[in-house]
Amino acid sequence: MTEPAPKPSRDEIILSVRGLTKNFGGVTAVDQVSFEVKRGELIGVIGPNGSGKTTLVNLITGFVKPSAGKIMVKGKDVTGWAPYAIADLGLARTFQMVKPFYQLPAFKNVVVALFSPRVQRLAGGRYGDRDAVAKDLLEEVGFERDSWVINKQASVLPHGYLKRLELARCLALRPEVLVLDELFSGLSLAEVASLVPVIEKLMVQGMTIIMVEHRLKELFRIADRVLVLNFGQKIAEGAPQEVMSQPKVRGAYLGSESED
Amino acid sequence: MSNPGKSKQGTRRRERLDRGIKVRSEDIYALNSWREAIYLLAPRAFPVLALLALALLAPLYWQRVLVSATVFALLAISWDLAASSGMVCLGQALFFGVGAYLAGIMNHYFHLPPALTLPLATLGGGLICTLLLLPVLRLRGIYFAMVTLILPLMVERIIEATKIFGGTEGLSGLTPFPHPLVESFITMAALWVALFGLRRIMASDYGLVLKGINDNDRAVMSAALNIYRYKAQALFLAAATGAFAGAFMTHAYMFVGMPVFALDYSILPIASAAVGGLGTLAGPALGAFILVPLSEMLRGLGGLRIVIYAVLLVVFTVGLPEGVFHYLRRKYTQFERWTEVGK
Amino acid sequence: MLTSTLIYGFINSVILLLMALGFNLTFGISGVANFAFGALYVTAGFLAWIALNTLGLPYWLAAGLAVLGTAVLAGLLYRFVVLRVRGLVVSEVIATFGVGLAILELFRFLGFIGFEYTLPELLDAELNLGGVIVDGQRLVILAVGAGLTLFLWVFTRLTRTGRAFRAIAQDEHTALTLGINTERVATVSVAFGAAYAAVAALVILPLGTIAVNEGYSVLVNALAVCIVGGLGSTLGVMVASFLIGYAQTITATYLETSWMMVVSLLAILVILLVRPSGLFGSQKQLEERI
Repeated sequence: MTEPAPKPSRDEIILSVRGLTKNFGGVTAVDQVSFEVKRGELIGVIGPNGSGKTTLVNLITGFVKPSAGKIMVKGKDVTGWAPYAIADLGLARTFQMVKPFYQLPAFKNVVVALFSPRVQRLAGGRYGDRDAVAKDLLEEVGFERDSWVINKQASVLPHGYLKRLELARCLALRPEVLVLDELFSGLSLAEVASLVPVIEKLMVQGMTIIMVEHRLKELFRIADRVLVLNFGQKIAEGAPQEVMSQPKVRGAYLGSESED
Repeated sequence: MSNPGKSKQGTRRRERLDRGIKVRSEDIYALNSWREAIYLLAPRAFPVLALLALALLAPLYWQRVLVSATVFALLAISWDLAASSGMVCLGQALFFGVGAYLAGIMNHYFHLPPALTLPLATLGGGLICTLLLLPVLRLRGIYFAMVTLILPLMVERIIEATKIFGGTEGLSGLTPFPHPLVESFITMAALWVALFGLRRIMASDYGLVLKGINDNDRAVMSAALNIYRYKAQALFLAAATGAFAGAFMTHAYMFVGMPVFALDYSILPIASAAVGGLGTLAGPALGAFILVPLSEMLRGLGGLRIVIYAVLLVVFTVGLPEGVFHYLRRKYTQFERWTEVGK
Repeated sequence: MLTSTLIYGFINSVILLLMALGFNLTFGISGVANFAFGALYVTAGFLAWIALNTLGLPYWLAAGLAVLGTAVLAGLLYRFVVLRVRGLVVSEVIATFGVGLAILELFRFLGFIGFEYTLPELLDAELNLGGVIVDGQRLVILAVGAGLTLFLWVFTRLTRTGRAFRAIAQDEHTALTLGINTERVATVSVAFGAAYAAVAALVILPLGTIAVNEGYSVLVNALAVCIVGGLGSTLGVMVASFLIGYAQTITATYLETSWMMVVSLLAILVILLVRPSGLFGSQKQLEERI
C-alpha cells in the first residue's frame, strides 16, 4: 500500500544537506550541518534538548527558511521551497507537537492528505473511495478498524492515537522519505512497542526514514546510522554503538548521567 | 464509570442520541421508504417552498424586506464560507461594494443590461477582491480581519477624493428590474444555488481541505497541498457571492453610491452568522432571515437597531456560540433522555 | 511651505502614533486584538466631557476619571467578554468589534452629536518655529506622545508588571510556569492599552469635536499603522506612524485633504505586497508555533 513508487536502489542519495545554518535573532539553532541519506536507510538524529533537532526537521521540510546552506532532495535543490512543494516531492513529516485537524473525524484527517495532487498523480486518475483507503491506512498504524475510534473527532482522541494519526497522514502521501519528529515522545512503552513493527515493516518495503528521537533504546535497535547534534552542530555520525562510545558524544549527550 | 463521590442510588445524566430515522435515512432506506425520504427532504424543501410562497403571497412591502433578507443571506453565506476556510472577514462591504460598483459602471457607461452586468460583476468582483487580498492570504490570524475591515472604508474615501464614478453623488438612473417578482426570483435562485452549491462543495473532499486550513494550515501544507491556492479559490467563491449581492442591489435601487461600502454590509452578515451558527452556511443564511425582518420591525427605534445587532452579536458569540441552526438541527436529528449513571 | 510640511507632518505622525500605541501594546503583550479600541477612545472623550460639564469637576480630576474609567471598562470587557472566548480568534475579533460597535452606536443613539462636545485645550500658547506658528495643543500632543512612548519603554523594562508583560509576550505558557498570572497580566494589558487610548483622546480631541465617527477612524488609523509597522512591534509602529503621517501631510499640502486616505491605502497595499507581515513584523505568525 505504501511502497515508494520508483525501484529502490540502495546507492542513490535521496537527501543531501550541505552547510545548513539557521539563525534565530542572535541564536544559531542549526550550525553548518551536512549529511547525506541513501535510499532505504534509517537515520536517527539525536541530541540533548535544544540541540536543534526540530529546527533541522523544519529546515529540511521547508517550514523554516535556512539562513545558509543547501538542501537537495532526489537531486533537486529545494532550498527555500515551500513546505507543500517539498512534500509533493515525497518528503513527508510528522510533527512533534501533533497537528491533527481537531474538528474532523480521525479518518477524514487522512483523507485530506489523500486529496493532495501527489497522491492523485501516483494513484493515476481516479483513486476510488478515499474514505476506505484512509481507514486502511489507519488500521495499518494501529487503529482498531472495527471500533468507532476512526470516526471520532480528532479533538477527543488520546495522545497515542494522535501520534499514529500523524504517521498515517504521512503514509497517505506515499512518501519516499519519512521524517519522524519524536514520534515516540509521550507514548507508553506498550504503545512504542506496537509502533516499532510498523516502522520495521516500512523499512522492509524500502522506505527511507529520518527519525528524530529521544528514546535511544528503541532507536538504536532499528537505526542504520545515527547523527548527533549538540548546540546546533553535528558532533558525530556513524553506527549507533560506535557513535555512543565516542567521548565527545558521551560528554554532550549523556553528560548528566555520567556525573551521577 | 462509577463515581464514588455521588449518592448511592446514582445520579441522572442527560443523554443525547441520534433518532432512529436519522440513522436509517443515511443509509439505503432513504431510497425505498417514503418516511425516510421525506425526513431527508423536508428540511431542504421547506425553506425553498416557504420563501417561494412568501414571495408570491406577502404584501409588497414585506416582499421587499424578503428580497433584502435574501441579499443579506448571500452576504452571510459569503462570510461563513471565508471564515470556514480560515479567513475572518470584517469587510463584507468590500465584496458587496465592488460588485455593486462594477454593475453600476457597466450599466451607466456601457449600457449593459442586468442580464449581463449581474454575471460579469459577480465574476469580476470575485476576481478583483481576490487579487486585492492576495498578499494577506500568506498571513494567518487577525491580519486578514484587520485588512478587510479597513479596505472598504478606505475605498469609500478614495471614491470621495478622486470623484470617480460619480463621486459622492454616485451613479443613478440605472436600469431597474422589470417587475418586483423578478427581483424575488433572481435573489431566491441565487440564494439556493449559493447555499446548496457551496454546502455541497464544503461536504466534498475539497471542502475538507478548506476546513483543514481553518483548523491547522501547517498540517495541510505537510500534506503536500498548496494552501494559498485553496485559500485564494475559497476567497474567490466568497467574494463572487458577495459581489453578486452588490450587483443585484445596484439594479434594485437603480443607484450605486458610496453607501455600498458602509459598515452595515459588513456587520449584518457577521451578526447573522453569529445568530444562525457558524460553519454551516445554512445557519448564517437563517440568521439573516431572522435579523433583517427583526430590524424592519425595530425600524421605529432608529439608531438603536445597530446597538441591538451589536449586542446580539456579542451575546451569541460569547454566550450561545451554537447558534439557532445548530440548535434546530440537533432537535431534528437527536433526542434527549435522562439516564441513570453510577449505580 | 516646506518647514510647515515638516512640522505639521511631524505632529500628524505623533497623532497617529498616539492612536496606534495602545492597540499595539495590548496585542503585543496578550495577543488580544481589541477591535473596541476606537470606541474606548471616544468613550474617554465623552467621559471627560461629562465629568467636566455635567458634574463640573476640575480638569485634572475629570481627565483622571476618564482615563481610569476607560481602563476599567476595557478590563471588564476582557474579563467578561474576551476571556470567555479566549483563543478562538474569530470570536475574539467579533466580540470586541461588537462591543465597540454597541458602545459607539449607543452614544449616537443617546444624542451625543454636535459641536458642543469639545474638550478644552490645555495650553493657551503659541510657538513660532522658523516662521510656522504651532498652537499650544499641538505642543501638548508632541510632549504627551514623547512621554507615553518613553513611559512604555521604561515601564516594560524596569517594573515588575512591565517585565511580566514582556514575558507573556514572548511565551504565555513559559510565563505561566514562572508563576506569572497570565490572565491578570492580560487583563492589565487590555486596560493599559485602553488607558493609552484615553490619554490620546484627551490630548487629540481638543483639536476638533468628540464625534462618534472618530471611533471608527481611530480604529482604522490604528490598524493601518499596525499593519504597515508590523503587529506587536513598538519600533514598527513608530516608523509606520511617521511614514504614513508624513505621506498624509504631504498629500494634504500639495494635493487635497481628501486624498489622505488614498495615500494610507496605497501604503498598506505596497507594504503588504513587499512584506506581508509589516516593516518590523517578527514573522511570528509564519515561522513559530511549529
